[in-house]
Amino acid sequence: MPDLGPHAIYILAAYAVTFVALGVLAFMIVEDDRKQRRTLAELEARGIRRRSAGKMKRTKRS
Amino acid sequence: MIGLANPTRFLALVERLVPWLAGTTIIMLAVGLYLALFVAPPDYQQGETVRIMFVHVPAAWLAMGGYALIAIASLGTLIWRHPLADVAAKAAAPIGATFTFIALVTGSLWGKPMWGTYWVWDARLTSVLVLFLLYLGLIALWQAIEEPGRAGRAAAILALVGAVNLPIIKFSVDWWNTLHQPASVLRAGGPTIDPSLLTPLFVMAIAFALLFATLHLIAMRAEILRRRVRALQQTHVAHAALAEAEA
Repeated sequence: MPDLGPHAIYILAAYAVTFVALGVLAFMIVEDDRKQRRTLAELEARGIRRRSAGKMKRTKRS
Repeated sequence: MIGLANPTRFLALVERLVPWLAGTTIIMLAVGLYLALFVAPPDYQQGETVRIMFVHVPAAWLAMGGYALIAIASLGTLIWRHPLADVAAKAAAPIGATFTFIALVTGSLWGKPMWGTYWVWDARLTSVLVLFLLYLGLIALWQAIEEPGRAGRAAAILALVGAVNLPIIKFSVDWWNTLHQPASVLRAGGPTIDPSLLTPLFVMAIAFALLFATLHLIAMRAEILRRRVRALQQTHVAHAALAEAEA
């Protein structure tokens, strides 16, 4: 990395804020997606399914 | 588009697209950061602080782009009643808010060494702060109304009213005297920035746009699944209550 001069602290802080914010956002979105998939799988495992899901499976088999 | 109105088909498409988008995002981010921090020369006026531009400007573009996407999706909710329109709008709000936050903070960090202050209440900075508050308002509205259809319609109206802020942000530097510099990339006469700085800027902008797209698709999938979970739980509770009443 080149010498960032007397304002290095501002440059590094800008990159740090950017990538921490994007990292937190990505983590929260991926975790939410996993949580919804897990909950749906648990419901389906208990036999609670969408009627349309059943129809789609029957259509695929036929 | 009509085929993708079916959430199940849309989920299958997301399943195929996300790994490719995520992989391309990581490669573009790595190339963009290398160009921004190691290859781009210092600016003749702003020195090394110009490197803040490579995160600030793409974040600002996506802050506005994200809101434009929400406004278009809101039209889809209110006019065409597209089943994925309010899912798309709701999923875009936290991502757009984060890019707006990044644009505000990195702008402040760039302003201190260049203008001598972190913040001034001028037209550009204030209108971007209003954009951030609009995003927060939309997120709060979706949280406050439990039924997704009603929440989507209310949020769509707020989003369309707030869309008037987008041209204000864009032209604020032309209409009023501001500390913020006028447009130097997306302007009628073409970019005024040297190609040695423009290339890393475009690479970072593509990387950020790909990241937005990747996260947006994952967030849309999560929202569709959340609605399915909600519907299943409601049906299950209703069936259980009916069975109890019959017994």
